[in-house]
Amino acid sequence: MIKPGVLRFMLPIVVLFGVLFLWYFISYINLFPAYALPSPGDVLRSFYEELSAGRLLNDIIASLWRVAVGFVISAVLGIPIGLWMGQHIHARQAFVPLLNFFRFLSPLAWIPFAILWFHIGDRPAIFLIFMATFFPLVLATMVAVASIPSIYFRVAQDYHYKGIELLTKVTFPAVLPQVITALRVSYGIAWVVIVAAEMVGCQDGLGYGIWEARNGLRLDSAVCYMIVIGLLGMGIDRLLAQLTKLPGVRWGYER
Amino acid sequence: MKDKSSASHLVLEKVSHSYGAVSVLKDLNLVVNPGEVVVMVGPSGCGKTTILNLLSGHIKPISGSIQREGIIRTVYQQDGLFPWLTVSENISMGLRSIADDVQQAAELYELLELIHMKDFAHHFPHQLSGGMRQRAELARVLAGDSDILLMDEPFSALDYQARLHMRNELVRLLEKRPRTVGFVTHDIEEAAQLADRVLVLSSRPATICHELRIETPKPRGITNHSVISAIEEIFKALGLQISNETGIN
Repeated sequence: MIKPGVLRFMLPIVVLFGVLFLWYFISYINLFPAYALPSPGDVLRSFYEELSAGRLLNDIIASLWRVAVGFVISAVLGIPIGLWMGQHIHARQAFVPLLNFFRFLSPLAWIPFAILWFHIGDRPAIFLIFMATFFPLVLATMVAVASIPSIYFRVAQDYHYKGIELLTKVTFPAVLPQVITALRVSYGIAWVVIVAAEMVGCQDGLGYGIWEARNGLRLDSAVCYMIVIGLLGMGIDRLLAQLTKLPGVRWGYER
Repeated sequence: MKDKSSASHLVLEKVSHSYGAVSVLKDLNLVVNPGEVVVMVGPSGCGKTTILNLLSGHIKPISGSIQREGIIRTVYQQDGLFPWLTVSENISMGLRSIADDVQQAAELYELLELIHMKDFAHHFPHQLSGGMRQRAELARVLAGDSDILLMDEPFSALDYQARLHMRNELVRLLEKRPRTVGFVTHDIEEAAQLADRVLVLSSRPATICHELRIETPKPRGITNHSVISAIEEIFKALGLQISNETGIN
């Protein structure tokens, strides 16, 4: 009998090797032409090539930087605005339709504006990341505040919490678990959007790397970039997941 | 021993309240004397919680006047503790008026000892049983400068044994730190065990239909003669009959 802990590590590894083998097998029997489906070996060689040329590392840093800046700007603006809106019903009534409108508008629709307003380089991509993450963050924070059990505010009143202290010591910790979840979700959106954002208006970045590979019909290089994007996305989500282990937020996930 | 009850004062005069067209209270007069434990019982939905909300000032009455003197704190049915704070931090909320850190720490230690929860000082509420959470909440309302405690069915979410235990705990804590208490419950046995005075409320719109003083010293066991006769009297006031053969009809 295999222990559950061992199974937890073994099962995904088995699936991974299964998929790799399937990939290898399909390219071995030439089910698709080599230019349409690169073999695992081609991708491995391309990895080595991109790494030794320094391109891959440069693109990783460029993308991470853009996502980080766009994401931080939208968190720094979005969370306080969400807190404020959650506390004021008239603000909600006034702004929620507009926020919902923009939330459902694909951030990629802003590409022409991004290029026109910010030209090329980091800024249009940062702008697109901001547009992709700001609205969901505001809405999630706002909903979290509006659904805080009223008992917390009564207790706060009993113990004379007012103004900024009420905000920082009651409202904010009460919504923090949901805000962390919203951060994880919107980071996921940001990481998806960065690839598309960098296909236009950028000279480097992981999205640009895929675009370049497509232009050169180098699908082996495209797959190499895709693997990096997937792995980095997972890795950063694991980092953000560490926030849920903070002692002051555990209650939000264990009740 | 900190007797904070003498400074307190709670009076409702001809208070009426309604929610829309539904009249909940009608011309209610109520005086809670300093140091007294007044328990209000009544059918569910009769407006018990409304009375507490009026006493605490969370809602304003449609008519009548309310006088309150002293710092009021409320114990809720459940989840009154802030889940993001530890037991210590929650209790310390009640000690915010103490400026001196050393004194605050000493007071916190004393309270933790009083509720026998020193080992759980750094636990979060979700890591505790319902009874422990309510004990921590009692410590928080008793901390520092509170004068009046309002209790809104504080033990109703607990199982029967925990409830019995918590009633004894409350009596013990009030012995050590006397406070003026306004307590609402639908549990008649609880009222008979804890009250200095029981007010039986009628159904909506609520008025006080019966008043009963219980002089027997506390703690009172559930089989104590005064408790049993109080239960009988409350039953009668509520219009419920007890027959020896078939129990309650």
